[in-house]
Amino acid sequence: MQQLDAGSVQVLTSLKSSTAQTIGEPKIVARDVSVYYGEKQALFDVDVNVPRNSVMAFIGPSGCGKSTFLRCINRMNDTIPIARVEGKIAIDGQDIDDPELDVVELRARVGMVFQKPNPFPKSIYENVAYGPRIHGLARNKADLDRIVETSLQRAGLLKEVKDRLQEPGTGLSGGQQQRLCIARAIATSPDIILMDEPCSALDPIATARVEELIDELRQTLTIIIVTHSMQQAARVSQRTAFFHLGVLVEEDETSTIFTNPSDQRTQDYITGRFG
Amino acid sequence: MTDTTLGSTGSGHDWSSPASRRRVKRRYAADRRLQFYGIAAIGTAMALLGVLFVSLIQAGYAAFTTTKVELSIFLDPAAISQEKPGEANYRRIVRDAFKAYFPDVTGRSDERSLYKIMSSGSDYIVRDYVVGNPGKIGENVKILVPVSDPFDQLYKRIIPRRIDALSSDRIALFDALKQQGVLSVEDGAGVAKVSVFIDPAKVPSEGGVAAADYDAMIKDGLRSYFRNEYSRSYEEIISATAAEKLQSVVAADPSVVGKIVEVKLPLAANYDNLLQTGQATIRNPRFGSDVEFAWFDSLEKRGLIATPFTWELFFNADSRFPELAGLAGALSGSLLALLICFVLSFPIGIATAVYLEEFAPKNRTTDLIEVNINNLAAVPSVVFGLLGLALFLNTFGMPRSAPLVGGMVLALMTLPTIIVATRAALKAVPPSIREAALGVGASRHQVALHHVLPLAMPGILTGTIIGLAQALGETAPLLLIGMNAFIPSVENIGLTEPAMALPTQIFSWADSPERGFVSRTSAAILVLLGFLVMMNLLAVYLRRKLERKW
Ligand SMILES: Nc1ncnc2c1ncn2[C@@H]1O[C@H](COP(=O)(O)OP(=O)(O)O)[C@@H](O)[C@H]1O
Ligand SMILES: [Mg+2]
Repeated sequence: MQQLDAGSVQVLTSLKSSTAQTIGEPKIVARDVSVYYGEKQALFDVDVNVPRNSVMAFIGPSGCGKSTFLRCINRMNDTIPIARVEGKIAIDGQDIDDPELDVVELRARVGMVFQKPNPFPKSIYENVAYGPRIHGLARNKADLDRIVETSLQRAGLLKEVKDRLQEPGTGLSGGQQQRLCIARAIATSPDIILMDEPCSALDPIATARVEELIDELRQTLTIIIVTHSMQQAARVSQRTAFFHLGVLVEEDETSTIFTNPSDQRTQDYITGRFG
Repeated sequence: MTDTTLGSTGSGHDWSSPASRRRVKRRYAADRRLQFYGIAAIGTAMALLGVLFVSLIQAGYAAFTTTKVELSIFLDPAAISQEKPGEANYRRIVRDAFKAYFPDVTGRSDERSLYKIMSSGSDYIVRDYVVGNPGKIGENVKILVPVSDPFDQLYKRIIPRRIDALSSDRIALFDALKQQGVLSVEDGAGVAKVSVFIDPAKVPSEGGVAAADYDAMIKDGLRSYFRNEYSRSYEEIISATAAEKLQSVVAADPSVVGKIVEVKLPLAANYDNLLQTGQATIRNPRFGSDVEFAWFDSLEKRGLIATPFTWELFFNADSRFPELAGLAGALSGSLLALLICFVLSFPIGIATAVYLEEFAPKNRTTDLIEVNINNLAAVPSVVFGLLGLALFLNTFGMPRSAPLVGGMVLALMTLPTIIVATRAALKAVPPSIREAALGVGASRHQVALHHVLPLAMPGILTGTIIGLAQALGETAPLLLIGMNAFIPSVENIGLTEPAMALPTQIFSWADSPERGFVSRTSAAILVLLGFLVMMNLLAVYLRRKLERKW
């Protein structure tokens, strides 16, 4: 496991994002992250570095805290009244709890794709245009049109929906809806996308399309994907983290995790002995 | 059982045993029973609803037409000035026009009963017509004016010309006498052959047989035919002239004093009728004389009677005369009150619900508020009326009977309904939509305003309209703040003017003694129900439409 000592975290968090973007420096740094739902602790002192422009997969049995950790990164846990997060997370060296960083802006910069496709019950166009509009990313209508078009293009959906941008997003097929949600997430030009089991509600063909898409997006984005499918983790990710009972057991190159894990629990999980 | 049959299973339970079969049968029977109860309950409810509607329509349909008589009036420029067409003696003009149909009627009392056929409001109808059409002065015009309530009811066959003169217990007494063979018809007059004791004690020494109390003797004589009867109503069977008859008998033969004589005594008119024709009726006391029927019949024969649709029901204000009374005042009052109610309760209700549901921290205070709102929905409306009376009228000194105050009181009542409906609608919005919006960086108020509220709107609107429909039918709070003012004209309609509302109008008409108000009341109820149905349809329509718009 890569370990940064406390001193280097201090350095990272104090650096401004512009100067911290050197290749090889991790995009996301998490230190001692614990999450409590009321009295119950769901996550125990998670330390992890997510390298930039790569895909990291979170695997582990149900209820082990993968989603909980994912939701820490864009502070979605703030919206759950009983949830309490401890520890530090920095993106490009900037502490996400920094009072100067607006949580709304953070969520625009860290896109999220959910397990069940959840397009707004509005038109396809509106679905993609909503984020840029509320964050003032487009100066005029033409600008907005361009953002919508590129987002749909990057999500690989443009060809299919070009002629029916005004039709409801909820009228698309499940796989198309999920790609619409990805387009919506990338429309605010984030540099991180969090995906919480994005393919668990999709059929194999739609899943393959989304996986292809993830591979393309990796060129410019940092992606974290929670998945239940070991094959999927192996196909799309460069690094994999294994969670168990709220503890990050092991994090390494994907190939290492699947061929030569160092922890017995990881070994048991990937060989299907539990979970 | 062998292993090959379906009845035997590995777990050892025998599914084909008689006990199992019985259980299955019982289960089906229970299913059917439950279904039957459900259908029976729905059937009963529908039947009762049907009865309600049928009886309302039966009672109310008459009010949707008005019996009118066509007057042919010469608008004499000598009597009506062009400058002030409203100030002529229209009573005279209308009466003269009506009188022209009956040249033979003379004498003040006959004329007075003749004019009773027309509604007392006819003068105003003609005046309003002339004021509205001053160009017609100098011309002959035909104007329909309503007939008075009894003739309206008569023409619609709601009341009869003649009614039974005798109640059923009187007829029973009469039948008892008849069975004893006492009654007969002689020379075209009904008589009762009664044995009368000419009591010497009732013949005074002074005056003799001429001054005897024959009336008392007859009554004593009749008594023997009705030994078990305690009421003395049988005495009225015999005509009042019977005493004279008896006197003449005794005067002709004074020796009968102290003896029992059998005399044939004339029957009272109603009983005479009953004996000779088998029925006894009298003129309906709501009409002055039989000749009024003849006059009315002659109008009808000349084709001067018409029954057009009662537009007045919607465009006239209230009146003491049922044939003129309309709902314009009540409709405008209800409309204004509902407007105030909507303007107050809709935004406040939604703001409250959105705050409680989307923003408020979950703690004791908000729990308390929530419980109180739910309880408020169950508070009887009359209590809100009292609150309005105490607070708005007495403390703030707002005008009595005004739609403004009525609307405010109704808003108090409607608020909890809207809040509860809105919260339910907000809760029903799937959390995935909130997450999606939060995920692209929408703030909490953007999530609420851009996503949750629009999705909840169909439910909110439905709840609001149902709340308003309840408010429309609410009577008690409006009575308390005096929104049952008698509004005989629609000229002074305003938020702070005294007003009437639909339900209070129904209440006040139902309380009026005139026969015509019975059908007006039912008609007003039908109008109220019509509005309620329309509001509910609107709710359904809006829900459908907004849902299709996703
Ligand atoms: N909103 C919540 N309130 C209370 N407990 C929660 C909530 N969300 C998750 N948990 C608990 O936290 C633990 C981790 O859940 P989660 O992160 O969803 O697991 P995973 O995504 O790995 O299946 C579980 O035990 C779950 O019951
Ligand atoms: Mg999960």
